[in-house]
Amino acid sequence: MAYSAFRIALEAIRGHAGWSPVWRDATPRAEYDVIVIGGGGHGLATAYYLAKAFGVARVAVLEKGWLGGGNVGRNTTIIRSNYLLDANEPFYEFSLKLWEGLSRELNYNAMVSQRGVLNLYHSDAQRDAFVRRGNAMLLHGADAELLDTEGVRELAPFLNFENARFPVKGGLLQRRGGTARHDAVAWGYARGASRLGIDIVQNCEVTGFRLKEGRCVGVETTRGPIAARTVGCAVAGSSSRLMGLAGLRLPLESHVLQAFVTEGLKPCVPGVITFGAGHFYVSQSDKGGLVFGGDIDGYNSYAQRGNLPVVEDVCEGGMALMPMIGRAKVLRMWGGNVDMSMDGSPIIDRTPVDGLFLNGGWCYGGFKATPASGWCFAHLLATGEPHPLAARYRLGRFLTGDLIDEKGMGAQPNLH
Amino acid sequence: MIIEHPLLGPRDAQEFVYLGDASLIDRPDGMAEDSVECFHDYLYLRSNPAGLHRELWFHEGGDRSWLVVTRDTVTHEIVKVELAADVARQRGRCR
Ligand SMILES: Cc1cc2nc3c(=O)[nH]c(=O)nc-3n(C[C@H](O)[C@H](O)[C@H](O)COP(=O)(O)OP(=O)(O)OC[C@H]3O[C@@H](n4cnc5c(N)ncnc54)[C@H](O)[C@@H]3O)c2cc1C
Repeated sequence: MAYSAFRIALEAIRGHAGWSPVWRDATPRAEYDVIVIGGGGHGLATAYYLAKAFGVARVAVLEKGWLGGGNVGRNTTIIRSNYLLDANEPFYEFSLKLWEGLSRELNYNAMVSQRGVLNLYHSDAQRDAFVRRGNAMLLHGADAELLDTEGVRELAPFLNFENARFPVKGGLLQRRGGTARHDAVAWGYARGASRLGIDIVQNCEVTGFRLKEGRCVGVETTRGPIAARTVGCAVAGSSSRLMGLAGLRLPLESHVLQAFVTEGLKPCVPGVITFGAGHFYVSQSDKGGLVFGGDIDGYNSYAQRGNLPVVEDVCEGGMALMPMIGRAKVLRMWGGNVDMSMDGSPIIDRTPVDGLFLNGGWCYGGFKATPASGWCFAHLLATGEPHPLAARYRLGRFLTGDLIDEKGMGAQPNLH
Repeated sequence: MIIEHPLLGPRDAQEFVYLGDASLIDRPDGMAEDSVECFHDYLYLRSNPAGLHRELWFHEGGDRSWLVVTRDTVTHEIVKVELAADVARQRGRCR
């Protein structure tokens, strides 16, 4: 059923009795061409593009819980393509372009809102680094603008410009960046994939791999064995656990990242704003709540909840940057299990086990990558070859020295 | 989280800096034939278990000793704390 204004009007007349479930909750078949493990944003996008762009439709997405229960439903929804390195920027710009057409492509409102992403700088050195990054973005066809103090003041007059230690000197603005509705991204891709004939199987945890002569030929699940010659894993923070079942050790650590939402306020924060001198970033949701976050807690964790010191640290950052939020009450806070790679960049690659592929290492920044990650992983699963835009996201790069250290940090800042 | 420091008693985890998996104590031999692979595994690969994890914490805001903390990564419960120096010596290192 396609959604349209006409359809809404029609349903309104009929008392909304005609809506059907958004996707088919499938029971698994015995065999598929491709199995995608993980019903988060990346797994669902992969399945969608497998059918849509690469003509592979005998596909199942296996999710151990419910759709959108992982990081795709827990993130702070920022999308942007403001990277410096050649290995990253074209990939993320491709992703942003896919975001721009996503709601139309999926016939589902992903609420993509290009309200701008503003990275603040507080020193001359930081400005120089931002100029360089902005130029790299422009060279790759993305948009970037350097603002001085007055430029920032026009956008966000409420910032603490005169902060004695970290005065706001300006910012790097990407106007095409912004936010999207996280749940809607999962649901929209699930619906799109389901309409193309893909089976989306919930409550189906993968508990092992079926290997034959060193090749992956299927998976064991809590709902029985399922055969497939091609298996792709997109399980974010659970990557090490899952790949451990195939005997692999990954260059990943699982950490907890927390996020916070305040009570609903009148519109006050125009776009996404990031503090350049502390761990704090903020945007305002369409419901009015300030959505903000900061750094990972910093120790291995699968708990999906964090501890109070980081809460304090993030709120201190917020107060330093925009003291006006001091009276807003935090309504909710939660944590997600993020797969921190050792150089802070992702992996979309084959593994030493034939037929088994890995999509992971997204750290705290994989939401914006969802469309491009799905596209490139689908390319890899369908053709066996890495997509040119993701060609450097190799599993073996730590051995060859081809690290992609965008920010000079991975799970631990001291790794470089 | 509260870490039971073997010498100083209960200390707030905030006083510490975290380094990660305690297997980092076992530094490979840099002169060995296969040292490139060994150092790759040592530096970059992690077991990253969900459950009990032995990990290194440095008491930076305290007595500057290294500890090996055994902690459950699913519940954050700490079940054992040792001085890293003791652990290293048990494993045959001189310090
Ligand atoms: C608090 C927070 C804020 C963030 N903010 C941003 C942001 O502003 N911008 C941004 O770009 N990124 C952000 N991120 C990162 C982003 O959310 C993730 O990188 C991204 O969502 C990960 O990909 P995913 O959606 O596929 O993961 P997930 O949604 O976690 O999907 C993985 C799925 O795999 C399933 N699974 C695990 N093991 C198994 C198994 N054995 N069998 C079957 N299924 C299994 C899980 O249940 C889960 O549903 C944030 C993350 C967090 C936690």
